[in-house]
Amino acid sequence: MELTTVWFALIAVLWIGYFTLEGFDFGVGMLVPVLARNDVERRVMYNSVGPLWDGNEVWLLVAGGATFAAFPEWYATLFSGFYLPLLLILLALIVRNLAFEYRAKNESPGWQRGWDRCLVIGSFVPALLWGVAFANITAGVPIDAHKEFTGTLFTLLNPFGLLGGLVTVLLFATHGAMFIALKTDGDIRHRAGALALRLGLAAAVAAVAFMVWAQARTGTASSAVAFVLAALALVSALAAAWKGREGWAFAGTFSTIGLAVAGLFLALFPDVMPSSTATAFSLTTTNAAATSYTLTVMTWVAVIFTPIVLVYQGWSYWVFRKRIASHHIPILTAPVAPPVPVTGK
Amino acid sequence: MDVTDIARWQFGIITVYHFLFVPITIGLSGIVAVFQTTWVRTGKQEYLRLTKFFGKLFLINFAIGVVTGIVQEFQFGMNWSDYSRFVGDVFGAPLAIEGLLAFFLESTFLGLWIFGWGKLPKKVHVATIWAVHLGTLFSSFFILAANSWMQHPVGYRYNPTTGRAELTDFWAVMFNKVQLVTFPHVVLAAYMTGGAFVLGVAGYLHLKNRNSADDSALYLKAVRIGAAITLAAGLGVAISGDFQGKVMTQVQPMKMAAAEALYNTEKPASFSIFTWGTPDGKTEKFAIKVPKLLSFLATGSVNGRVEGINQLRAEYTAKYGQDPGTKYYSPDGYVPIIPVTYWSFRFMIGLGVFAATGAALILLVTRNGGRPNGRWWPRLAVLLPIAVVLASSWGWLFTEMGRQPWAVFGLMTTAHAVSPSVSATEAWISVISLTTLYAVLAVIEFGLMWRYIKAGAPAYEEPADPHDATDDTPLAFAY
Repeated sequence: MELTTVWFALIAVLWIGYFTLEGFDFGVGMLVPVLARNDVERRVMYNSVGPLWDGNEVWLLVAGGATFAAFPEWYATLFSGFYLPLLLILLALIVRNLAFEYRAKNESPGWQRGWDRCLVIGSFVPALLWGVAFANITAGVPIDAHKEFTGTLFTLLNPFGLLGGLVTVLLFATHGAMFIALKTDGDIRHRAGALALRLGLAAAVAAVAFMVWAQARTGTASSAVAFVLAALALVSALAAAWKGREGWAFAGTFSTIGLAVAGLFLALFPDVMPSSTATAFSLTTTNAAATSYTLTVMTWVAVIFTPIVLVYQGWSYWVFRKRIASHHIPILTAPVAPPVPVTGK
Repeated sequence: MDVTDIARWQFGIITVYHFLFVPITIGLSGIVAVFQTTWVRTGKQEYLRLTKFFGKLFLINFAIGVVTGIVQEFQFGMNWSDYSRFVGDVFGAPLAIEGLLAFFLESTFLGLWIFGWGKLPKKVHVATIWAVHLGTLFSSFFILAANSWMQHPVGYRYNPTTGRAELTDFWAVMFNKVQLVTFPHVVLAAYMTGGAFVLGVAGYLHLKNRNSADDSALYLKAVRIGAAITLAAGLGVAISGDFQGKVMTQVQPMKMAAAEALYNTEKPASFSIFTWGTPDGKTEKFAIKVPKLLSFLATGSVNGRVEGINQLRAEYTAKYGQDPGTKYYSPDGYVPIIPVTYWSFRFMIGLGVFAATGAALILLVTRNGGRPNGRWWPRLAVLLPIAVVLASSWGWLFTEMGRQPWAVFGLMTTAHAVSPSVSATEAWISVISLTTLYAVLAVIEFGLMWRYIKAGAPAYEEPADPHDATDDTPLAFAY
């Protein structure tokens, strides 16, 4: 297999890693106002992803860096072209990340409400815009002979792109609800399971419509297989949720997201960013790629270090495998200095 | 302003802002790891208190460092797409490796450290903070390798067909001679920052808690540890900076001539501590000069010859062709903005020397318990972390603005690096929204920092034994 193909596959794997893992973080974030009935439950939700979300987000950073290294032209065209949506994603990620880190650092209700809003908006905006972005990448956008994007923000807000955004929002919300059902205990666990089922039905309708449309536009035989498997995984996830098999249900949405992203990449190949202006202007795995020397170096790095990363990230999931319930949440107190014995100096 | 100007302002604002937090993260993660290791090995309660206290401040700081770091990685593609196309083959690799080796390590193990109290066995838990610290060092190494390549491109060839720089020798990029002096300089500066941070915070708390024998002794200990690190790392910063100056004189003589505003070649060359000149910086009215010092700094010999700006400009024009347009940088084309390079170089050195001297002084007065009730030195201590952080900012401003008009020295000018498809409106939206958000975050961050500093180190509490934990044990730490 050509190295450019290997790297196309590796970048697909990085995005699959990002969406399957950060997908449930986004879902949990979006559902905080829906699922939590009181402050302790809100904190159960925050803490369910507490030790995990930061590591999950690194998949995005590595996907970005790997695209820069392996397909510099793709990185340049995509990031400068999808400028405003990416800016919005960055702003959203900033406030979302700080919501995790800072919410519990002050016990004032106003402070906490403010960060709750940041978490919800900061989870919703990327969940929506990543879907819009990937739908547009697959469908093709106006790119000129110099590999420059010539559209505007509104070019991206077409029906197919918006449907893509709706699908990611619904899928991630379902995935997040499945995660809460799997990772928490008590009342909220059952509410999350019930909500996952309802959200999952809506997600299934939107996702199937989107995948059929994507397949009709740019699909190949292999993308059709991935899309069909994604749909089957979603149906199994819902069936498992119906039976209360939370682990299988979560594995189901995990597979759905992974297979759907795989389907998009298979539909894309051998292009990486097709041009809707002229086929000749499309960015492909060949004309957007780095040299074979760089790809060889990067392959060695990936082969050696990816398994190590997977091992320790897996270990961290293992360490934090237990369910979290309301009684695990310690009372929030202001930082206090230890009592000072007055010596009367 | 056009897109290049706006994009440059954005890069300057968000990168300097990001780097306010980075050195504290690198330095403090190492110091907290040492505190925790000391506690694990000796069982002394005070070290657990210091671990918990500075660990909390570290986390508040780390959060902002991480979120502002995400923007860094994306803005190359967003604002500098022609740069990204041109250098991606070389520059992308260290960035991707940084993500894979450093970011995963830092974020995964930080999660384990934060939530691992009372859950992981003591020794495993302390290993997680070391892993975080190792991650910060990996991160510095790869990003500085990328930056060093912009300062001094090596291990590549220019491909005229694709119009790109292409990697030919990965190890040459990793061990670029600029990188070999820059990495120690930056990492030592980070330890100096971490040390000064501990010194400043503990100095303040020492003064505040002077009526409590236990606490004032605890903070005095932290003061002395912080001061010793500041001083030792400060000496290292000076030595590595000296090497860096000599390497920079070889690879970018213009930058070093601009650091001194040396218009004409001198042998030997003196170094001015202070210059008062006409506003364009070309004519001096008054200066305090140390004879032969510039020769020594630049070449290692007191009688060394140092090239002047005018001679270098003629040399650059002969080598690289006509001046690359005069619009963006200075009326002198290949010459960076002299007042900026001149003063940023002096502020960097001056603030660094101030901090190291202050730390030495504090070590002196606090020896053998010294004069623990003296009020002047804790106030001095509080100034030191601010001085070191500002010294870092000035250092980066010097090294990056001193390279102008080049983005990649000798290969690509900054004016050619900007994204052609981005409009001025888009660039404005970006710089304004990011700057506004960052300003708000600064207020929040300093508010939080202050709140937690004021509260001081928490009282000692025996950490829960992981073996005693049941399914119902509450989390030792929770969001």
